Amino acid sequence: MNLPAAARPPRNYLNASYSLHTWLFTLDHKRIAILYLLTITFFFVIGGVAATIVRLELMTPAGDLVESETYNKLFTIHGITMIFFFLIPSIPTVLGNFLVPLMLGARDLAFPRLNLLSYYLFAFGGLLTLWAILAGGVDTGWTFYTPYSSTYSNTYVMTTAVGVFITGFSSILTGLNFIVTTHMMRAPGQTWFRLPLFIWSMYATSLIMVLATPVVTLAILLVGLERLFGIGIFDPALGGDPLLFQHLFWFYSHPAVYIMILPAMGVVSELVACFSRRRPFGYAFIGFSSFAIAVLSFLVWGHHMFVSGQSPYAGLVFSMLSFLVAIPSAVKVFNWTATLYKASISYNTPMLYALGFIGLFTVGGLTGLFLATLAIDRHVHDTYFIVAHFHYIMVGGTVMAYLGGIHFWWPKMTGRMYPEGWARFSAVLIFAGFNLTFFPQFILGYLGMPRRYHVYPEEWQVLNVMSSAGASILAFGYFFPITYLTWSLWYGAPAPPNPFGHTGLEWQTPSPPPTYNFDRVPIVEEEAYNFDPDDTQRKAREEQELPVG
Amino acid sequence: MSNDFQWMPEQASSFAAEVDALYLFLILFSGFFTVLIAFLIVFFAIKYRRGSPANRTQRAGHFFLMELSWIAIPFPLMMVMFFWGARIYMQQFRPPAGAMEISCVARQWMWKFQHPEGNTEINDLHVPLNQPIRINMISEDVIHSLYVPAFRVKQDVLPGRYTTLWFKPTKVGRYHLFCAEYCGAKHSEMRGTVHVLEPSQYQAWLSGKSDGQAPAAAGRMLFEQLRCGTCHLGGGATGRGPSLVGLFGQTVPLQNGQTVVADETYLRESILRPAAKVVAGYQPIMPAYEGQIGEEGLLQLIAEIKSLAPPGPPAKSSPAPDADDATSENAPPGKAKVETP
Repeated sequence: MNLPAAARPPRNYLNASYSLHTWLFTLDHKRIAILYLLTITFFFVIGGVAATIVRLELMTPAGDLVESETYNKLFTIHGITMIFFFLIPSIPTVLGNFLVPLMLGARDLAFPRLNLLSYYLFAFGGLLTLWAILAGGVDTGWTFYTPYSSTYSNTYVMTTAVGVFITGFSSILTGLNFIVTTHMMRAPGQTWFRLPLFIWSMYATSLIMVLATPVVTLAILLVGLERLFGIGIFDPALGGDPLLFQHLFWFYSHPAVYIMILPAMGVVSELVACFSRRRPFGYAFIGFSSFAIAVLSFLVWGHHMFVSGQSPYAGLVFSMLSFLVAIPSAVKVFNWTATLYKASISYNTPMLYALGFIGLFTVGGLTGLFLATLAIDRHVHDTYFIVAHFHYIMVGGTVMAYLGGIHFWWPKMTGRMYPEGWARFSAVLIFAGFNLTFFPQFILGYLGMPRRYHVYPEEWQVLNVMSSAGASILAFGYFFPITYLTWSLWYGAPAPPNPFGHTGLEWQTPSPPPTYNFDRVPIVEEEAYNFDPDDTQRKAREEQELPVG
Repeated sequence: MSNDFQWMPEQASSFAAEVDALYLFLILFSGFFTVLIAFLIVFFAIKYRRGSPANRTQRAGHFFLMELSWIAIPFPLMMVMFFWGARIYMQQFRPPAGAMEISCVARQWMWKFQHPEGNTEINDLHVPLNQPIRINMISEDVIHSLYVPAFRVKQDVLPGRYTTLWFKPTKVGRYHLFCAEYCGAKHSEMRGTVHVLEPSQYQAWLSGKSDGQAPAAAGRMLFEQLRCGTCHLGGGATGRGPSLVGLFGQTVPLQNGQTVVADETYLRESILRPAAKVVAGYQPIMPAYEGQIGEEGLLQLIAEIKSLAPPGPPAKSSPAPDADDATSENAPPGKAKVETP
């Protein structure tokens, strides 16, 4: 399409160049964010298809759709792709990559080449894992518990482990990049307490990425050494200790839960503030609670091991600390709710996702207290109660916030508006489908249905059918945004620079932004949330100005 | 089982009602906060929708005390949950004196139980009503987990190390028994049934199915077959090996100056890898039996060693062992149990 020069949109990061290699070798954080967006959407679809087959199988108590070996591979693929290749990278690598420099008022991340390297490590790790899946799959569960993974499983454990191992470095480098950028690249006047809460949560997340990921990388390396060379580390037959793996694994994987949820909390803080037209209530408390969560997250790994044979005294300590980590999360929920008080609330799609997040995260967080309670965990550990709990946090929490964030910043990223009606409809569908899928699983879990079961006693069929029915609604709910967002790239209304009236720095540059984000270095004179509900400030200013004028 | 809708499994052990009461407390707590947050969000969302005539005058100032109250109010309630849960959890580590000992060997994909009288069964477990049962468990391959929802108890079963689980069945019936830790292809078929019987029926079941020797007797045969007695019996402290009479549950001084409690895990290790912990005053001359005795044989040998009570006054039955000696992960609690004769 050859438009006359006057009608051609101004230069931005999307139309700066078109050839493939300018995308594949781009150092622009915004283009790298788009590469991540495409890659993790691909993995989300793979993980989603695996989950769909799992839920179809569980419609009947007998194992009639797939063999047990296939079933085990399916839930493993679902877990590994969703956690390592979708949830952990989701908000940090897509929204974080795109927004951190924009929100700070910087031209790019501190290390653009390192950022590209992160992407390729991620893509390479993902490809290896994909190859393992296609070649025959892996059946250890995403937790890789030893000695099953190190000695007994004869599936593609090593290939998958190497894939996850390489991806870990991608996480470390991304975290490092964000930390340095936040310290060094803030625009003049962009002080710490003027930063958007999204930056606070990304910073806390980056700390966890840098400090915790090396431990799981090490644990996977040790599994590899044991598998390949028979060095006795985890297998008691070789003189090792199987619980050591669980300690190392959860020392990373519990903080990893917060790698997944902290960025979501940051997104929700932005969405609630914007659509309430109010500064987030308790800004400092929300910001510091992210750090409290980051620190405490390193001290609670043993709550995954209350029935593992760990000393009961360790159990007491980990239980107590797990209750403590719930408090900063509760503080955030109360503050978001208080932000709505005396606000001026509009209900665009991102706000629907944000309110959905608060509700589902509240349920997910409160059921976490059940699991922190020692005697209850002994009963519901490794049952569907846990499955329901962490899906409320990761899907009800992280995925809702991710979708809310994608809708919110879609105009900024693509220069196009999404269709509001379809988007609202999908958000409601996802909320309803989600609850129908996962609420019955709490009941199944307390009744005693163990997780990772291919066949199950007949009396639990009704609840399983409910859950599968919800999953089919949820699948449609996810199908719609993928479709209409793609559609909007060509047919969506062109987006103004600030369609939702947020006051953050990223909205003060065109949509989509130019390659170096800002035409001139912005000078920041106020905090990110300078909202004016009911225009009271403007009226006051005008009244003051009237006599003069 | 009835066809009515259930939201809790049957209460069939002494723990079940306690755990369910705590569960109800947490449901009330969570329900209250969920409803509170949901109500506030919906109420604010309607009242302060954009364009509504609501009063939006902001109160100036800080809300430090309000924020503190959001920390100070949930905290004590959470500590109630912590202590309540911890109290039941610690009880679950302290089997009462006189608990009946059943041994369990788990492997891909079956459960094998052996009763004190020698009866063995696979994927079924018969137990008498109102009798505390302590199950001493070990795995031959990967990690499994013994789980009986109706009893509200679960414990992982590890290779290379004993773990224990105890319960007191309080209701006659048949209950699910599951493997709760993912263990490979047929994980979901590694399950069975716990049959809680009236004591008289249990006795009838025992005698009607007398298919094996008592573990201690089988252990004695193995003991003689392996010629353990050559070094370990008769000679007492003057033999080539330490005496095993009355050893179980004692604190043993080691060559390196440390001490160890002679529990099941220590005895197992000393049979398989005698050089790992050598008793003070002895030479490490015993051959290693690793790979020569299976897990069931080991459990029988340990049962034999436990039965070697010193002559004279019968060992006084100690009170329920404290978990205090479980200071390391290698020392599962409840191990220093003394057998009541």
